[in-house]
Amino acid sequence: MHLRKVKEFIIERMIFLSGIMSIIIVALIFIFLLKEGLSIFWRVPISDFLFARNWYPISDPPQFGILPLILGSILVTAGAGVISIPIGIASALFIAEIAPRKTKEVLKAGIELLAAIPSVVIGFIGMVTLGPFIKDLFHLSTGLTALSGSITLAFMAMPTIVSIAEDAITAVPRQYRDAAIAMGATKWQTTWRIVAHAARPGMVAAVMLGIGRVIGETMAVMMVTGNAALIPHSILQPVRTLTATVAAEMGETVQGGEHYAALFAIGIVLFIITFLINGVADIYLHKTKK
Amino acid sequence: MVGAKAPKFSIQDFTIHFGNVAALKNLTLDIFCNEIFTIIGPANSGKSSLLQSLNRLNDLNAAYRKSGKILLDGTNIDELEVESLRKRVSIVFALPFPLPLSIFDNIAYGPRMHGIKNKAKLAGIVENSLRESYLWDEVKDRLHIPAMNLSGGQQQRLCIARILAVEPEVIMFDEPTSGLDPISTARVEETLRVLKERYTIILVTNNVAQAARVGDRTAFVLMGELVELNETKRLFTTAVDKRTDDYITGKFG
Repeated sequence: MHLRKVKEFIIERMIFLSGIMSIIIVALIFIFLLKEGLSIFWRVPISDFLFARNWYPISDPPQFGILPLILGSILVTAGAGVISIPIGIASALFIAEIAPRKTKEVLKAGIELLAAIPSVVIGFIGMVTLGPFIKDLFHLSTGLTALSGSITLAFMAMPTIVSIAEDAITAVPRQYRDAAIAMGATKWQTTWRIVAHAARPGMVAAVMLGIGRVIGETMAVMMVTGNAALIPHSILQPVRTLTATVAAEMGETVQGGEHYAALFAIGIVLFIITFLINGVADIYLHKTKK
Repeated sequence: MVGAKAPKFSIQDFTIHFGNVAALKNLTLDIFCNEIFTIIGPANSGKSSLLQSLNRLNDLNAAYRKSGKILLDGTNIDELEVESLRKRVSIVFALPFPLPLSIFDNIAYGPRMHGIKNKAKLAGIVENSLRESYLWDEVKDRLHIPAMNLSGGQQQRLCIARILAVEPEVIMFDEPTSGLDPISTARVEETLRVLKERYTIILVTNNVAQAARVGDRTAFVLMGELVELNETKRLFTTAVDKRTDDYITGKFG
């Protein structure tokens, strides 16, 4: 009897530990980021760090302004959103509502496969095929531009957007459709006004998670955007994103130095951005469930 | 009174199969304007299948096969455009299922879909529909709350109002009170009696007493066959077929 109670206690604690493990790890990562990164703000005020126009971390004196990097990330992400959101939502609607069963199976498998391609492979293909294509199309000196990054990332956001949006659409109760059809709605009217309306919170969540993936993506962007830390004036210029900066420069820094701290501070900024995006997605996902 | 008119629906030798299973066998009957035509019978006797054939909802079911004819005002329903048929012949389902919208938008949904955009006109339609379904007084001050917040009986009357808003000619009710308490049921039945002044009503019910209370004529369907059809009073007092008598007196079903 006593032994059973001890067993119960141990098992309960272990499950509890596993449950809170992910939270602990996230908290530890955040604390580590803060510890390593905050020291940059003794030297560079936060407003200068966020809004100064020059990122010259190894010139003398160094300049740590991440505005070009933030704008690079925003431009690439926005471009990827413009491309992937309409296509992703439309393809989710097609798979859930219109496609015959066999087509549906094939499409779903294909989209899951797209999610499984390593980002370095997508980046490689973007660099070798998309870059030259864009260079020739717009007569540029280099094809590695924000646009190339957007297109590449759109491919990476698509699987997330399609599969989550498709789940949300499939979860719309059949009775809504029946009610609309029984009132003389056409298939398209039912899909658009009822199904898309009822599934909207889920679709917003899908978009947010897709965007979250895009903004955090590093390898593919680094390979196709050209990595020039300049404030972009058009989508046809090379840009550098927050993520690519950290990945590219971390190897060259002195541990504990200013540059090192600045890269960690970029990590904090990224963390806060993705945290906000995930938070919004979460709120919408919960709305769907209710 | 009803016999002199041309029938609203004329069902002729109509048979339904779902796959290999016969759901309705050689049904022939007429339904007239401004009557409450009730169909009674045990579960799985083909009542709902018949309703869903009348506005071709069954067409959405891949296993559905039919033979025979259904005429609406003398025209074969297969020759009508299916959306306009469903607008003329609407259905209220057993479980009320408001759309995830406000009360107002639930009712304005149909008219909007059929192209009415004028706000004052929509407001008028919403008010009229709610008055006709006896819901207006209960909701007039809170038209913009989510329709899900209403009680079950109110939701069912909302679904009726939603259908009235598209101005159908025939309203079919598929066990409209099976999920409701007696007081809500009485309200819905009262609504039916008023609605028959302006619409043709077909009521499928599991509740024999309900058929006796509101039906003008009643058909008893068993295992896909029409057993007996008569004026409700006659059917309930002097049933000809023994099976009808057994069913309405509660010996089976």
